[in-house]
Amino acid sequence: MTATTAEHHDHHDDHHHAPHGLKRWLFSTNHKDIGTLYLWFSFAMFLVGGLLALVIRAELMYPGLQVVDPEFFNQMTTVHGLVMVFGAIMPAFVGLANWMIPLMIGAPDMALPRMNNWSFWILPFAFSILIGSVLMSAFGAGHPSAPNFGWTFYAPLSTTYGPASTDLFILSVHMMGISSIMGAINVVVTVFNLRAPGMTLMKMPLFVWTWLITAFLLIAVMPVLAGAVTMMLTDRHFGTDFFNAAGGGDPVLFQHVFWFFGHPEVYIMILPSFGIVSSIIPVFARKPLFGYASMVYATASIALLSFVVWAHHMFTVGMPLAGTLFFMYMTMLISVPTGVKVFNWIATMWRGSLTFELPMKWALAFVILFTCGGLSGLMLAITPADFQYHDTYFVVAHFHYVLVSGAVFSIMAAAYYWLPKWSGVMPNKILGEVHFWFSLLSVNLLFFPMHFVGLAGMPRRYADYALQFTDYNFWISIGAFWFGASQLIFLAVAVLCCMKKGEKAPMNPWNAPEEDLEWTVPSPAPFHTFDTPPVIK
Amino acid sequence: MADSSNKYYVPESSPWPLSGSIGLFMIALGAGNFIQQSTDFGQDVLKHQGTGAGWLLLAGALWLIATLFFWWRDTIKESISGLHEGRLSGSYRQGMVWFIFSEVMFFSAFFGAMFYARWLIVPWLAGEGNNAMTHELLWPNFQAYWPLTTTPDGRTTQAMGAWGLPAINTAILLVSSLTLTIAHHSLIAGERGKLIIFQGITVVLGIIFLCLQVEEYIHAYQHMGLTLNSGIYGSLFFLLTGFHGMHVTMGTVMLLIMFLRILKGHFSKDNHFAYEAAAWYWHFVDVVWLFLYICVYWL
Ligand code: HEM
Ligand SMILES: [Cu+2]
Repeated sequence: MTATTAEHHDHHDDHHHAPHGLKRWLFSTNHKDIGTLYLWFSFAMFLVGGLLALVIRAELMYPGLQVVDPEFFNQMTTVHGLVMVFGAIMPAFVGLANWMIPLMIGAPDMALPRMNNWSFWILPFAFSILIGSVLMSAFGAGHPSAPNFGWTFYAPLSTTYGPASTDLFILSVHMMGISSIMGAINVVVTVFNLRAPGMTLMKMPLFVWTWLITAFLLIAVMPVLAGAVTMMLTDRHFGTDFFNAAGGGDPVLFQHVFWFFGHPEVYIMILPSFGIVSSIIPVFARKPLFGYASMVYATASIALLSFVVWAHHMFTVGMPLAGTLFFMYMTMLISVPTGVKVFNWIATMWRGSLTFELPMKWALAFVILFTCGGLSGLMLAITPADFQYHDTYFVVAHFHYVLVSGAVFSIMAAAYYWLPKWSGVMPNKILGEVHFWFSLLSVNLLFFPMHFVGLAGMPRRYADYALQFTDYNFWISIGAFWFGASQLIFLAVAVLCCMKKGEKAPMNPWNAPEEDLEWTVPSPAPFHTFDTPPVIK
Repeated sequence: MADSSNKYYVPESSPWPLSGSIGLFMIALGAGNFIQQSTDFGQDVLKHQGTGAGWLLLAGALWLIATLFFWWRDTIKESISGLHEGRLSGSYRQGMVWFIFSEVMFFSAFFGAMFYARWLIVPWLAGEGNNAMTHELLWPNFQAYWPLTTTPDGRTTQAMGAWGLPAINTAILLVSSLTLTIAHHSLIAGERGKLIIFQGITVVLGIIFLCLQVEEYIHAYQHMGLTLNSGIYGSLFFLLTGFHGMHVTMGTVMLLIMFLRILKGHFSKDNHFAYEAAAWYWHFVDVVWLFLYICVYWL
């Protein structure tokens, strides 16, 4: 019996071809298809989140209240943040991991293909709950409020004062957590278990390394987030007092638990970017990456340090002096390995023969603009300074520099770099150039003035502002609409590639070195690659 | 790195992941609405409303269980046909280890909250550090001690002692770990009779543990005034022991399934990963309990 069943499966293997129709996407066990699903899902969420951001910017274009009432405004800031963090950036990285990690390490697929599909399919359901609550709030009878307490959902805003939708929000966060944990376990296991013979750990491309460390962070902190929302739920409905001082709890406890998750989370959203940029820059500088080993160690130390800096988000909340000092110095320490990385990228380019194709443009913009965000982070890390900056637009400027011109730009770099491999077609150059330059200019128009209004004292998360901030805010909103519209160009680029319209891509369009395994398979990559692993010398 | 001669098994497309997501969706919608409709703020008694959502929750749970049943049936078939040799079995092993690590982190959120509460919040509320004014203005009569049996707003309770039921339960779990290990060794040694007996004993011990815990909860609610609503001590006590109890339930179900699979003769001396995974899980639950016993009941 054993023998016949095994034979049966072999037989299947020989006739492997892509399944067709709806079943191919709904029931997939193929890392490339699941990667594609993730990437499209993430782009859809990027547009939804962007729409919410444009409601915010429409309201803030002029002082006074014009477009929405403050109650709805709060829902926009909240759901914008949540959708972008959990719906756009994280799934984009998981999609890239799905597509690229097996190709980069010479594996036939992800290690646990069915679980892989489960991680993906949880997301559309989880987000339909969150987005559903916004639709109800905008159009439903009685306009029940969507979550309105900020993406950080601090207690007691989210407990005592949270709207009814908070409970569904809590459960959708649980779903996102389950999805992330399963996705991360899959990455770790794939990397540890499925590398081709000869692919030692220290030969892995940095994208794989950074994702391995990201996955570790995910497995470590997503359960803590689950714990936080669970305490919220029981505080709301089962009479517990975790975040209620009258019962011996403390609202500040919520912030500690949240940021213990939250700070590693921001690194979850940037480490894969480091990997992408480290893969792209050497190719277009025509030099091997400078300081490979130091990149690996820097990534690992960033990840470890990220567990002991969380309270830099809470300097103004009140902590013992020793705690404040500890978190301040640890935060500053983290910029050392970050600096190592920036240094290495620059050293890689030093005396290289640089060319500036689209992926390189995005990668360079990333290096420069991410560094700006890192520097404002350093300013925020100085406790007495943060007393001034906290909860102002300066913070908003900081994290948008690292997340938009950082994480999002790196994702764009990745898309332009690997689209030829995914689709077999070169991304349209003209559209791509317009997309890049528009994004570069508009992102700075959008976020740079936020530093100024922030330093001048404009608080974040308000629907209105003092008159002296009017001019800056007007231009910020112009930048926002410009940036938003520019992303539709990318939609055109991606759709053209999917429709196979455009210049056909050769196997190795960017002349990447042959150690980069993903460029040794045809373009588009066939449904199954590396069924028998390549041998790495 | 394992040998490259055998191909890594990539399963055919499968409907179960999507189906599992639908199950989770039903659970989320059902649970969210049910909890909302059947409880009130600050009131720990269910009011038994919201039955529609309750049914959705139940349906979702059953749907998910059925999905997992069919999914694992596929996996078991693959295992029996010998596909789990080599690297695939490595993937399952590592996957299980990381899953348990994520569970550890889930519990550490609650343990962290507990240490924060007893080392920082409670002393601060009583005026320690630079909090003298807070103490004076808000709850001047509040006194710091742990377990916190009188909350700042004056609710009182009794603390759960370490002896009696909890001690018995500790012993039960420790013994169950032992019997499980004996069963595991019998499996490897091919002693089927011994395996069945000790596996059976382990399952029974798990069930006894759960019954005693229910008994403990009833005692707490009815005789000690220790409820979810008795301040931070009650909150931590019930969430820590409750989540642990949920994990014991899961573990017991897993061990029971392994027991049935043993009877069906699914496992061989060198192909019994599912059994091992269940055993790891059980030991993990055991270790969490030891921490709990020491930190929550004892100290
Ligand atoms: C050099 C490294 C960095 C340092 C020193 C740093 C420091 C800080 C500090 C001190 C704050 C708190 C500001 C306040 O609320 O008053 C902050 C906020 C924030 N940072 Fe960073 N950061 C760094 C890098 C990053 C990166 C790489 C990301 C994400 C990719 C990031 C994302 C955020 C976010 C999202 C917030 C705001 C959270 C909120 O309150 O909503 N940071 N950062
Ligand atoms: Cu941080």
